[in-house]
Amino acid sequence: MRLLIKNGIVIDPSQKLHAKKDLLIENGKIKKIGPPGTLDKEILRALGPQDDKIIDAKNCIVAPGFIDMHTHLREPGDEHKETIHTGAKAAARGGFTSIVCMANTNPPNDNPFITQFIKLKAQEEACVNVYPVGALSKGLKGEELAEIGSLKEAGCVAISDDGHPVMNSYVMRKALDYCKHFKLPIISHCEDSYLVGKGMINEGLRSTLLGLRGNPAACEEIMVARDIALAQLTGSHIHMAHISTQAAVRLISEAKKRKVSVSCEVTPHHLFLTDESVATYDTHFKMAPPLRTPKDNAALKKGLKENVIDSFATDHAPHGVLEKNIEFEEAANGVIGLETALPITLKLVEEKVLTLSQFIEKWTLAPARILRLPKGTLKIGADADITIFDPAKKIKINQNTFVSKSKNTPFHGWACKGEVITTIVGGKIVYPF
Amino acid sequence: MEALATRHILGMDDLTRQDIFKILSLAKKFKTSPNSTPTLKNKTVVNLFFEPSTRTRSSFEIAAKRLGATAINITEAGSSTVKGETLIDTAKNIEAMNPDVIILRHSSSGAPYVLSQTLKTPIINAGDGFHEHPTQALLDLFTIEEAKGKISGLKILIVGDIAHSRVARSNIYGLKKMGAHIIVCGPPTLIPPAMTQLGVEVSYDLKASVQKADVIMMLRIQEERQDRIQFPSKKEYIKYFGLNCETVKLAKKDVIIMHPGPLNRGIEISPEVADGPYSVILNQVTNGVVVRMALLYLIMGPQVVDPRAAGPKAGGGKHATSH
Repeated sequence: MRLLIKNGIVIDPSQKLHAKKDLLIENGKIKKIGPPGTLDKEILRALGPQDDKIIDAKNCIVAPGFIDMHTHLREPGDEHKETIHTGAKAAARGGFTSIVCMANTNPPNDNPFITQFIKLKAQEEACVNVYPVGALSKGLKGEELAEIGSLKEAGCVAISDDGHPVMNSYVMRKALDYCKHFKLPIISHCEDSYLVGKGMINEGLRSTLLGLRGNPAACEEIMVARDIALAQLTGSHIHMAHISTQAAVRLISEAKKRKVSVSCEVTPHHLFLTDESVATYDTHFKMAPPLRTPKDNAALKKGLKENVIDSFATDHAPHGVLEKNIEFEEAANGVIGLETALPITLKLVEEKVLTLSQFIEKWTLAPARILRLPKGTLKIGADADITIFDPAKKIKINQNTFVSKSKNTPFHGWACKGEVITTIVGGKIVYPF
Repeated sequence: MEALATRHILGMDDLTRQDIFKILSLAKKFKTSPNSTPTLKNKTVVNLFFEPSTRTRSSFEIAAKRLGATAINITEAGSSTVKGETLIDTAKNIEAMNPDVIILRHSSSGAPYVLSQTLKTPIINAGDGFHEHPTQALLDLFTIEEAKGKISGLKILIVGDIAHSRVARSNIYGLKKMGAHIIVCGPPTLIPPAMTQLGVEVSYDLKASVQKADVIMMLRIQEERQDRIQFPSKKEYIKYFGLNCETVKLAKKDVIIMHPGPLNRGIEISPEVADGPYSVILNQVTNGVVVRMALLYLIMGPQVVDPRAAGPKAGGGKHATSH
């Protein structure tokens, strides 16, 4: 099967490409990239099988397939919130060709059997690539190491107890040491659980007004500082998930200058929302770490611009009405993001925080690099994972159109620009469905 | 009589100054001429209490009955998730029986907001987590005005566990709106962040603060709300923040001493002070009934257009951002 993508602007940071080009796909791989119109003959000459196709990408950006390095798929265990099938569909609709699913399922992905289950399910039911993350500790308890080697052999691409900060520095240190042998990055959820206590929104004026326990920015700062020290001590790589504070950006910036092996990601909600959104006890603004302040938003944007923050990630965390349509204090943490991430983060291009090329890099090449995935590129011979989007198309985010099983978005009703036109995985069009 | 601008009473933060005046002046009328009280016959008040309460619940019940309304008490232990039925389901079931107002007490901050988004029945917040307790603040305002003849310009000292106190929050919002100056005093561990942004003075020195105060409002040490140790011992708390006769001697001669109850005698307040000449603690309880009568009348009385017949919900809106 061949696919010709015509008239689009191809942007591929992995080969510093930003030009009007046509792109030919054959047998699931990138076959050729050429000036507009030059590849028509190729496909016409070879036109045989009926499934050969031409996609007109006029006014659209043709980019390497987007990678979400932080997704919660909820299967096994909480299939009423999301499944591998529905999560992958939501990813495809959002322009993601690869998703990296966290280990906090039920039971958690702390042994190779769960990893194999996820891989198998994904093979049968997922329309995008699914890369599992293995647990760092048995049962995500932060006490004993999980069988990290076997998890890697079964297909895990990183190790993390995400959702459960590893409070015991000795355990974290040993995990970092142990991972060296397997070349697996460790993803850290940076919050000091003791200092968080029962805190559920950013500590400040808003927490006082609402009578909700605060989670001070220092919770994150302390853990980021510790993780930097441990990365330096062990020489292993730590990737810090969903950073939310100005202090984290400052510490990571300083660590990178000293060549400590650290990287980090930021979510759309931590970039664009603040604790003010919690004013009506709307549980769609409850997550860990919590939404911070305008000052933190600005610092995160600056961190992206200066490459202190390597990557975007959604932290797609599906919850149903049973977990969300209840008292704020009882409600679960987390919001979904796969179907809103592209238009929300594209605002950064309009705000001139990032160039289009940098924007694409943070959704493609950066996560691929951190996780050593053979993805995030349109180089000849690479897997034909491609995201085609119209950056100028005006849209209004509507949770009722989501294909995810859950609707817990904080962005319902937002007016944005940027619509995913086509998502291609391994040369196959997976969106539109 | 004019109706209130709001339909739900969720907190003092949402109430306008004008609405506060309306409630207080009607309460005064009820107190001074108890025989000419209008009636709310055929109205039903549901007390939905998810937390133990003696004073507030019985005060609402008596207030409803003095107005000729029917009061039903529903007490449920624990949060909705523990019970297996969600709060919203419980409340919807009650609403299906057509009460005229639901009075909610709940251990989760914001629970009345959640209900006001879903239900058509007016909600009165009888205390939510450590967020707000507006009727307590209203009866406190009433009591202060009764004793002092005014509220504006007075220095009000609130002492104790400010961080975990809904009474403190509601009083801060209410008293600020009425023009009072507020000092909060307690161990630094029990003062929530950003207090000064609310225009409130913070003190850690009880003796110094007592000298400035026209009104001293003592708060209960609420061990059940404290998630961890906030001070080394009760003994040390009493030493620095307990109000005893010695400390009261430093106060102005016409000071009044208040407490929302229940008292921890011998801890935040010594028995001599609680029962002493400056104490208006029982007046607060007495006034609670007329204030709640006024509130119920203003929410359900004939001046109110039945909200369930009307279109979009009023009230229950966002927090004011202009603190």
